Amino acid sequence: MWIAVITITGIALLAGVVLSFASRQLPPDDNKLVAKVNELLPQTQCAQCGYPGCRPYAAAIVHGSAEINLCPPGGDDTVRRLADLLGRDAVPLAETARQQLPDSVALIDEALCIGCTHCRDVCPVDAIVGAHQFMHTILTGECTGCELCLPPCPVDCIEMRPAA
Amino acid sequence: MSAPTFDLGTVHGGLRLPILKDESTAQVIQHVPVPAQLVLPLAQHAGQPAHPVVSIGERVLKGQLIADADGIISAPVHASSSGKVIAIEQWPVSRRFGENAPCIVIECDGQDRVVHLAEDIVSFEQQSPDVLFQKILYGGIVGLGGAVFPTAHKLMEATTESLEHLIINGVECEPFISCDDMLMREHATGVVVGAQILLHALRLDHCYIAVESDKPEAIHALSDALTELQDDRIAIKQIPTIYPSGAEDQVVQLVTRKEVPTGGLPLDVGCLVQNVGTAAAVYDWICKGQPLISRVTTVTGDGVAAPMNVLARIGTTVADVVNFVGGYTERANQLIIGGPMTGRSVTTDRVPLVKATNCILVLSEPPSIGVERPCIRCGDCAQVCPVSLLPQQLFWYACADNEAKLRSYGLTDCIECGCCDLVCPSHIPLTADFRIAKLRMRELADEKARAERAKQRFESRTVRLEREQLQRAQELLRQKEVVKNAGPKAIEEILERSKTRKDED
Repeated sequence: MWIAVITITGIALLAGVVLSFASRQLPPDDNKLVAKVNELLPQTQCAQCGYPGCRPYAAAIVHGSAEINLCPPGGDDTVRRLADLLGRDAVPLAETARQQLPDSVALIDEALCIGCTHCRDVCPVDAIVGAHQFMHTILTGECTGCELCLPPCPVDCIEMRPAA
Repeated sequence: MSAPTFDLGTVHGGLRLPILKDESTAQVIQHVPVPAQLVLPLAQHAGQPAHPVVSIGERVLKGQLIADADGIISAPVHASSSGKVIAIEQWPVSRRFGENAPCIVIECDGQDRVVHLAEDIVSFEQQSPDVLFQKILYGGIVGLGGAVFPTAHKLMEATTESLEHLIINGVECEPFISCDDMLMREHATGVVVGAQILLHALRLDHCYIAVESDKPEAIHALSDALTELQDDRIAIKQIPTIYPSGAEDQVVQLVTRKEVPTGGLPLDVGCLVQNVGTAAAVYDWICKGQPLISRVTTVTGDGVAAPMNVLARIGTTVADVVNFVGGYTERANQLIIGGPMTGRSVTTDRVPLVKATNCILVLSEPPSIGVERPCIRCGDCAQVCPVSLLPQQLFWYACADNEAKLRSYGLTDCIECGCCDLVCPSHIPLTADFRIAKLRMRELADEKARAERAKQRFESRTVRLEREQLQRAQELLRQKEVVKNAGPKAIEEILERSKTRKDED
């Protein structure tokens, strides 16, 4: 009997040593995991999660500094998929998160635009074109509907329209 | 010519449905007179809708181009009679998604004056394939079997592959519909010459005309035409009368015994399929100079007074066509454009007859569907599926919105024939569910593509911003360096200069 006990204990000890060594010396490849998490996010780059874009949010999730329920455009589906991937519990969408937006794109009223470039500089996907003091316009096909261009506009000439 | 061969090729599944075609084949094709008004939708074909080239108030002649092809996959539309364009507006049409579509409305003058053709008609043998392709494109000819894919584009695609056979599809397997049958009976020469033109354009020397075995009159007429024209490149092939043996891939399989691969085209097994109506339309255009402005349509069902096949101008409203055959009976209850299996029920007879309209079916009572019950996994649907899919599994995954599984179980290969619906003992509307699931799959794919693009743009923006910041920092360093090298004297000079400028202000 003692032989068996010693053998099993020995194996357990050895495995423990190997595993603890591995976990210290070979950390999981965070970049790959961040890319995987990023893959599940909707890529609207709307910054509603409090991070400047989907990839930074993905990095924050992987490093443990952010919850997985901060993405309103992704909704509960995305929370569920993230929970599946990361082995965490699916939680309802955070109360602080704004309501999920319908599919929409921004439209500049070109008659009112004064060419201040404020909206152009905040667009996370470079979907606004226009030079200083000239009319701006939005590349509808590239717009993700993040609404980040609305607050900086000094003349309120941007509105959201339903996506075609 | 070769004698008609009788060969019951094999294809998985399928159903023997009641034929119900005798009423409409009892008399010859009748010509519907010029209606008071023609409604010509801009999108009568697969691909980009045509764009109008006439304006409101303009007088047009029969055969005149009124909307031109837009983009690579598109087809022009021609006026079906002479008259005046009175509107270009939204009009109810019969199609799968959406109710209204832009149409050109022509008020006919009843004189039916024909537009003068710019060029003389020359024998097709003297024309090069490229010229023929261009002409077929200008003639507004599209596949009349139902998919209405622009014929010229299909032919041009086919020339790039290793093509062996042309198959002229005369298999009309859906109950009630008999327009192709009547066309073959009465215009067999047109069909055969159309096939010859296509063979010439494709530089091919082998063609099958596939006809169901229950159409002896059509086979007889085609044999006579072949004997007369002395063409041994064309052979008639009989096909068993099983629904849906007339679907493109199934015809290929029945004729050549080669299965079209999943996600592929008949071209992948060296075949090109064209409907008999398309062949006849090619003949009318190339040999007689008449573009695709009319077609044979079956008007049938127990809701019309006198079921028959009619030759009607494209754009004639369904109401006008039904009036011509004696109007509705008292029992008329449901109007379907297309056949009972794949057609679409419409709520108004103001819809126009379009290039794709092969049947106007008026039924006295909608087919009783029965209450939908849970799937009992009997597998009957898998037995009848002509593409050997597993509808019960697909239904399962469609309910769960499991895109990956739907893809791996071949949902995209479903031809929406409706066989599984018909045999399902639980009355599950499988085909409708699959249509929705297909749409959903396409949506998801679009969403994914958009997300991927947004991700790339965001990342390249991040890279750009970092680069700009770095450049700014370097520039600042460089300037600091410059000032440092110039020494304290230079700094004093600069301060002095800025002070004097301020004083001037």
